[in-house]
Amino acid sequence: MEYLKKYPKLFQWLFLLIVFFALCFAIDVPETYKFIRGQAEFVKDPNQSVYFFLGKEVRYYAFDVFWRLPPLLGWLPIWINDSLFFLMNEWMPMEFWNEDTQEFKTRPLLLEISRNLTAFMTFLIELIREILLGGLETIVAFTSWDFIDAYPWLELPGLPWTIVAAGAAILSYKLSGKGLALFAGLTMIYISIFGQWKPSMQTLSFILVAAPLSFIFGLGLGIAAYKSKRVEKALYPILLVMQTMPQYAVLVPALVLFGVGDHAAVIITMVVAVPPMILLTILGLRAIPPEVIEAGRMSGCTNWQLMFKVLIPTARRDILIGVNQVIMVCFSMAVISAFIGAKGLGFNLLLALNQLNIGLALEAGLCISLIAILLDKMSLAWANKQTDYFGNLTFFQRNKNVIFFGASFVIGIILAYVGTFIFKGSFNYLFEIPHNKGISTADFWNKGVDWIFDTFFVYIKAFNTWLIQDVLQPMRALYLRMPAVATLVLAVGAGYLIGGVRSALVVAALTLFIALSPWWDRALVTLYMATFGVVISCLIGFTVGTLCFQNKKSAAFMLGVCDIFQTFPSFVYLIPVMMLFGITDTSVLIAVIVYATIPATRYTIEGLRSVPVGLHEAATMSGVNKFQRLTKIEFPLAFPHMMLGLNQTIVFALFMVIIGAFIGTEDLGQYILKALSDKNGAGIGLTLGICVAFIGLIFDNLIRTWVEKRKKHLGIA
Amino acid sequence: MSETVIKCESVYKIFGQNAKKMLEESNGNVDAKTFQERGCIVGVNNASFEVAKGEMLVVMGLSGSGKSTLLRCISRLTDATGGKIFIEGQDLLELNNKELIELRRNKMGMVFQSFALLPHKTVVENIAFPLQIKGTNTEESISRAMEMVKLVGLDGRENYFPRELSGGQQQRVGIARSLAVEPDIWFLDEPFSALDPLIRKEMQDEFLRLQEKLQKTIMFITHDFDEALKLADRIAIMKDGIIEQLDTPANIVLNPATEYVRKFTEEVPREKVLIIEDVMDASSKDNLGDLKVSKDEIIENVAEKILTQEKLVGVVDSKNNIVGSIKPSKIIDTVFGGRKNGN
Ligand SMILES: Nc1ncnc2c1ncn2[C@@H]1O[C@H](COP(=O)(O)OP(=O)(O)O)[C@@H](O)[C@H]1O
Ligand SMILES: [Mg+2]
Repeated sequence: MEYLKKYPKLFQWLFLLIVFFALCFAIDVPETYKFIRGQAEFVKDPNQSVYFFLGKEVRYYAFDVFWRLPPLLGWLPIWINDSLFFLMNEWMPMEFWNEDTQEFKTRPLLLEISRNLTAFMTFLIELIREILLGGLETIVAFTSWDFIDAYPWLELPGLPWTIVAAGAAILSYKLSGKGLALFAGLTMIYISIFGQWKPSMQTLSFILVAAPLSFIFGLGLGIAAYKSKRVEKALYPILLVMQTMPQYAVLVPALVLFGVGDHAAVIITMVVAVPPMILLTILGLRAIPPEVIEAGRMSGCTNWQLMFKVLIPTARRDILIGVNQVIMVCFSMAVISAFIGAKGLGFNLLLALNQLNIGLALEAGLCISLIAILLDKMSLAWANKQTDYFGNLTFFQRNKNVIFFGASFVIGIILAYVGTFIFKGSFNYLFEIPHNKGISTADFWNKGVDWIFDTFFVYIKAFNTWLIQDVLQPMRALYLRMPAVATLVLAVGAGYLIGGVRSALVVAALTLFIALSPWWDRALVTLYMATFGVVISCLIGFTVGTLCFQNKKSAAFMLGVCDIFQTFPSFVYLIPVMMLFGITDTSVLIAVIVYATIPATRYTIEGLRSVPVGLHEAATMSGVNKFQRLTKIEFPLAFPHMMLGLNQTIVFALFMVIIGAFIGTEDLGQYILKALSDKNGAGIGLTLGICVAFIGLIFDNLIRTWVEKRKKHLGIA
Repeated sequence: MSETVIKCESVYKIFGQNAKKMLEESNGNVDAKTFQERGCIVGVNNASFEVAKGEMLVVMGLSGSGKSTLLRCISRLTDATGGKIFIEGQDLLELNNKELIELRRNKMGMVFQSFALLPHKTVVENIAFPLQIKGTNTEESISRAMEMVKLVGLDGRENYFPRELSGGQQQRVGIARSLAVEPDIWFLDEPFSALDPLIRKEMQDEFLRLQEKLQKTIMFITHDFDEALKLADRIAIMKDGIIEQLDTPANIVLNPATEYVRKFTEEVPREKVLIIEDVMDASSKDNLGDLKVSKDEIIENVAEKILTQEKLVGVVDSKNNIVGSIKPSKIIDTVFGGRKNGN
């Protein structure tokens, strides 16, 4: 009784768990229940039940409602499909002027918008691509095919790789200094020599369109939301869902709206990259001390000057994190959008993975990661750049970068010209090294993989079998064994205990959506994989973070490592694990663990760092040893921040689980992948995406609510 | 009487949704309690005063008394809910956005308690900022900013970032920035409150030195009564948005208008605040002893000399004309009198 009074919360939780397990044992598995054919699968089967809603037929396998809820939302994907079709093909027909046929034509509004957007994006991408690689689409865009036929020399020649490499190095030098310049030069040379030039430049041109556009839109919408409460309120729910929506899922609707190709990839990348930019812009602007704003206004700033000379520079730190995220997402999408026809490294990477050519995949993955790191560092250096007003510089000193670039431009062209004589008849290696004609280490890697397989096969296999048979399968069975009602009770109860009625309602709504969708079983499998990944990631991340924190240098080093790892596109993580474990759930889970360990480690270090120095000293003075200090002072105070890390870890894990469908898992991701090749897949893909997003949001809501309460309690809110 | 630069007539600032309507209904009789019950917070309540050219008005009050709000109304960082404000005869509330920006760019400078420097700019860039906003070219603004850097004694640190400076140094940058455009009117909102006592004293002295040289029209805000006494030509004491008393430091110390004001004056060492002129008897100029003191002398400095006298002590002005006299016992009255009344 005394305990009960002392720890009321603990007993409430115990009570909740008891109810949960009681429900699990009380409700039996129906005899007809079988995973996979558990719910509506869009195949016709006489055993299915049928209902009609909004004129849509939904077929499903009926069970006791305590075991699995009927898919009352089963009509939603079909309905989304039909609505999309209607909007694209029938809604608001209008007269539009057609340049080619010189007459007005009636077209649905959305279709016309989509076409114009497509044309615009395609033009932008082609323009940059042709500056880098050469081509004639850009000229055609301004004139016509006939014109080009008449003047065939009017083709953009493309820059020799030497010039691009020199340009990148000089720009890096101007922005940051020797270190970055060296890195930029080496990266470019590597790309060229290894014959990845063309796909790399294709990817780069995609990024150079997608990233700036995402930045501008994100910043613009962020500012709009900062200025107007109404805009913020309208944006907020979308932002929340988009934050936890797996990137795969948005591909499918994009396919319907914009078709296949680089332009669709850019648009969809913006859809994914803009929300974090918006959130971070709002966050940064909100955090500006009011006196700084007043100082700006008292200096006589117009609204425009106030925004761009005071507010945005002051919020720079958060906005920069936003830029970093944009770049990260763009590279991630550069790979993923290969599914909808984007050209470049991503396509090669996916192809190589598909053929199980790990060596090739590794090379493409390395290229894309190097470019990602380079762009990330360059954008950072650009934002931190200082002007020197006092240096008394000569004309040469002031313009030396331009002069150097001019010089390398000329030299590059001469080299390329000379190259035409040296490499007569074969490829001009001084102009552009064609794909697969450079040095390739693929064979070496593939042999390495084979060697590893041959040598360690027994151990890897044994580990694999053990993990799958003794850990994963039972865990999966346990998750699937949960009756829907028990899961609901657990989720809602947790919501109530953590955040009161409000949280309980939010969590209930989110969980119900998933439970009433046709994919509850799949969601459980997704959840089991994510849980497994998150638990191990947290164990590793918290341990590594805590150990690194003991020393300032190692902490800074570890944060740097996290930064770099975070820049890798998520698909890259699949390469090494496939090398070792082939196409199994183990591969996916290890990729999940590696990927999700990044935020866990980062937030642990940051959390521990944020503990005020004064407290350390006070603790040391009162004779506390290092271990006691850690457990009694630092952990409790850093815990809220570490929980935010857990939140991120969950999101990262979910993303990777979904991407793992590429290797072949039986969760929601598999269906998203399927939806990609289904012409009616848009609704399914979107609904599945929302389901995954909601899983993330349930935890997000619970963790955030808890953290806020805890912070208030500790007085560090 | 020199010309009036700032003039406030019944200025009100009330926060809340129906503030304007409620103020109209109340006919100028604003009671903070009833307003609060209806969801409004009274920031400034019926403030009327004038500040003359070259004068330093110090607004003193405890935290939350509405000092900053009053200053924000006068700089129009927020719009007053009611009343009129004139800057050099111009109705501030009538100005459109463009005119207001012009006014701020040329006439006003402001210093903030938390320094409010731009973190991404160096010292010299921060100081040049208002000039660059105005459209001054880079070279000119930087050279002007360098002059300001020298004026506030930060030479050699012009390329530092705010985060690399101590609090006192940061506030010097804030002061330099506010002076860069050579404003006529200078607002300072608790500029020294965030500083350590020693630095604060140093900054106050330097501030007086600057003002001696620049002769700006100043509104200075502080919650420190000693600081107010030290700097002010006149002091306005605020409580709950109301100006309780507005007078010279001497008059406030000698004749506190309300019980609230008297509480502040109690602990004040009068001999450090008052000058001979404040306590002399201007009517009797006869029967003087040998000792003569200047009317502008602070009492503390001459008290010992006067107390050794038995006769009346003569008070002279700067031209050595006798303008009054003072009894030695008056000094004792002044120094201990106030406190006796209080008990
Ligand atoms: N934007 C605001 N909204 C609502 N109340 C405010 C606002 N700004 C100030 N106040 C209130 O007005 C009163 C005066 O504040 P302020 O002028 O900042 O005091 P001071 O500067 O004297 O410490 C305080 O009670 C404060 O809570
Ligand atoms: Mg204040």
